[in-house]
Amino acid sequence: MSEEPIIYCRNVHKWFDDFHALRGIDMDVFEGEVIVIFGPSGSGKSTFIRTINRLEEHQEGQIVVDGIELSHDVRNIERIRMETGMVFQQFNLFPHLSVLQNVTLAPIWVRKWPKEKAEKVAMELLELVGIPEQALKFPGNLSGGQQQRVAIARALAMQPKIMLFDEPTSALDPEMIKEVLDTMTDLAESGMTMIVVTHEMGFARAVADRMYFFDEGKIVESGTPEEIYNNPQEERTKLFLSQILQH
Amino acid sequence: MINTEIEQEMIKPPLPPGPLKWVKENLFSSIFNSVMTVALIPIVFYLLFSVVSWALFSADWRAVTQFPLLYTVGQYPRDQIWRVGVILSSIFLFLGISWGRWGGLLRSISLAAGLVCVVTALLPVQHPQLDQGMRLFLGSNTVMILIGYFIGRIKAVKASVIVVGWLLIPICAVVLLAGIENSELIPNVPTTLWGGLLVTFLLAAGGILLSFPLGVALAFGRRSDLPVLSGFSTIFIEVIRGVPLVTILFMFSIILALFLPVESRIDRLVRALMAVTVFSAAYSAENVRGGLQSVPLGQIEAAKALGMSNLKTTVFIVLPQALRAVLPAIAGQFISLFKDTTLVVIIGINDFLGIGRSIINSDPEFVQLRTEVYIFIALIYWIFSYLMSLASRRLETAMGISDNL
Ligand SMILES: Nc1ncnc2c1ncn2[C@@H]1O[C@H](COP(=O)(O)OP(=O)(O)OP(=O)(O)O)[C@@H](O)[C@H]1O
Ligand SMILES: [Mg+2]
Repeated sequence: MSEEPIIYCRNVHKWFDDFHALRGIDMDVFEGEVIVIFGPSGSGKSTFIRTINRLEEHQEGQIVVDGIELSHDVRNIERIRMETGMVFQQFNLFPHLSVLQNVTLAPIWVRKWPKEKAEKVAMELLELVGIPEQALKFPGNLSGGQQQRVAIARALAMQPKIMLFDEPTSALDPEMIKEVLDTMTDLAESGMTMIVVTHEMGFARAVADRMYFFDEGKIVESGTPEEIYNNPQEERTKLFLSQILQH
Repeated sequence: MINTEIEQEMIKPPLPPGPLKWVKENLFSSIFNSVMTVALIPIVFYLLFSVVSWALFSADWRAVTQFPLLYTVGQYPRDQIWRVGVILSSIFLFLGISWGRWGGLLRSISLAAGLVCVVTALLPVQHPQLDQGMRLFLGSNTVMILIGYFIGRIKAVKASVIVVGWLLIPICAVVLLAGIENSELIPNVPTTLWGGLLVTFLLAAGGILLSFPLGVALAFGRRSDLPVLSGFSTIFIEVIRGVPLVTILFMFSIILALFLPVESRIDRLVRALMAVTVFSAAYSAENVRGGLQSVPLGQIEAAKALGMSNLKTTVFIVLPQALRAVLPAIAGQFISLFKDTTLVVIIGINDFLGIGRSIINSDPEFVQLRTEVYIFIALIYWIFSYLMSLASRRLETAMGISDNL
């Protein structure tokens, strides 16, 4: 691990009009770390990871990603977005483009790669996520699990340094969850820096370096999976864990 | 072996129902349906029979058949008519090229157009306007379509080149038709002499090609964060949509002329085109805006998360999805525009319908034949409107590949 964190957040606050969604988040993420964020609905998990690539704007505090401070400067925002891939709960694949076009669009038009190179990299990534044979299909003809794996390949095609996942498996049928989690586990083992919002506790235990428990816009507790599972310090954490581990 | 054969037998899809079964299931499925069938079939046959027998035996088509050139080009000087021929030939060439490249409906249109040309060229009738030269020209158009077809089959000819070619045709056509002042080869022909289908098509094609980008721009303008831009777009759209096309035509043809100095007078036909364009743009803008609203926010976020700028997100993600969503509405809008061009008659432009009316009024004998003339005109409008509607449906299915889950 290097000295400088690749993501540095200090005292991040975010309001939606009068609603105080993030109330002073501090977090350092180092290169190669896998961070899992969990917590009850409405606790600000999505809002927080969306501030990291500026899909949401924070009003107070400091966020530095890969040495670039998030500010109103559009160039900074676009540079940070090139370095951070994001995977959404609802996949958000582009329905009018084929799988291959979904993956190559940004490398061609943002990274300015020649088409041949972009397609070669895209096919390698589709191979990596296990669906090279679907390259010419349209997203609408794929299962949810396949769509989410395409979404992962699409984000990876920009060769980001950081990957953000916002509940990537919660819109999936149970039998498809595993294929997506396996892909994410491979990615974690390859050394990718990841922030994952998820309630898949088996996955978290296996790959997370640290876990953060969010509630009401604050970090209530953080620690290694061992610390969180075996010895949670806060009552709220214990209660929440007992609720989700029952299922 | 036997087992697999039986399995094969079982997997086969059920046979389509025979004709008798079809009739039973579709025409006599219930008592009400049977009554409707029994009552309506004779009426339909009777109407069809009377129309056909009238058209073939009682109708007098002289007011139509005597003036084919008048209907197609109006008063365009007959010694300059080769210019229209050149344009027509290039359209046929590109039709053939598109057939070779894309097939589908374009194939049917090409074949139909080729057939019409050949049949007309070989018609066994004496007609002063169907002389040797004209027959040769018509026949050569069939050849043009075939040449185009083989060009279109060549892989090296890029699709974008074909599209650009199509877009250039109307521009080249206008330049060629108008001609150049003091030129020997193509002397200037004032637009007052243009008429017939030529004018109808020019107004419709020009209106569509110009109003569409303007409409898209207005739709974005109305959604803009800049209050001046969104205010202007909103007022423009709402004012135009609140006024009949006739009024807009009058405004452009009379009021515009009053305000502009005489030497900068804009041509009458251009003014009509401006009016049609502005009118259609306001409606297109509202259609496109509906499409823009239908694109989910998640699509825009996904594009942004990949580092795409606002412009790239709009061009590659938002606009294609928006246009696909409103394609039927836009196609309908363009069909209305095609038919609405008939209103230019009231500002003294002799479009296709206008020519028909002036033929009727030119001779007391023809006044008796106005039914035939109007039926002919309606038929031509219907053919082209129907083609546009067919094309839009084919385009819809072609673009819908990706969303059949
Ligand atoms: N665009 C918005 N406008 C107003 N309020 C919002 C907006 N987005 C989120 N919120 C509010 O902010 C709070 C945090 O939302 P967020 O989506 O971050 O929660 P979450 O922890 O991701 O919950 P979930 O598990 O349901 O996804 C919620 O109370 C939500 O209602
Ligand atoms: Mg969320």
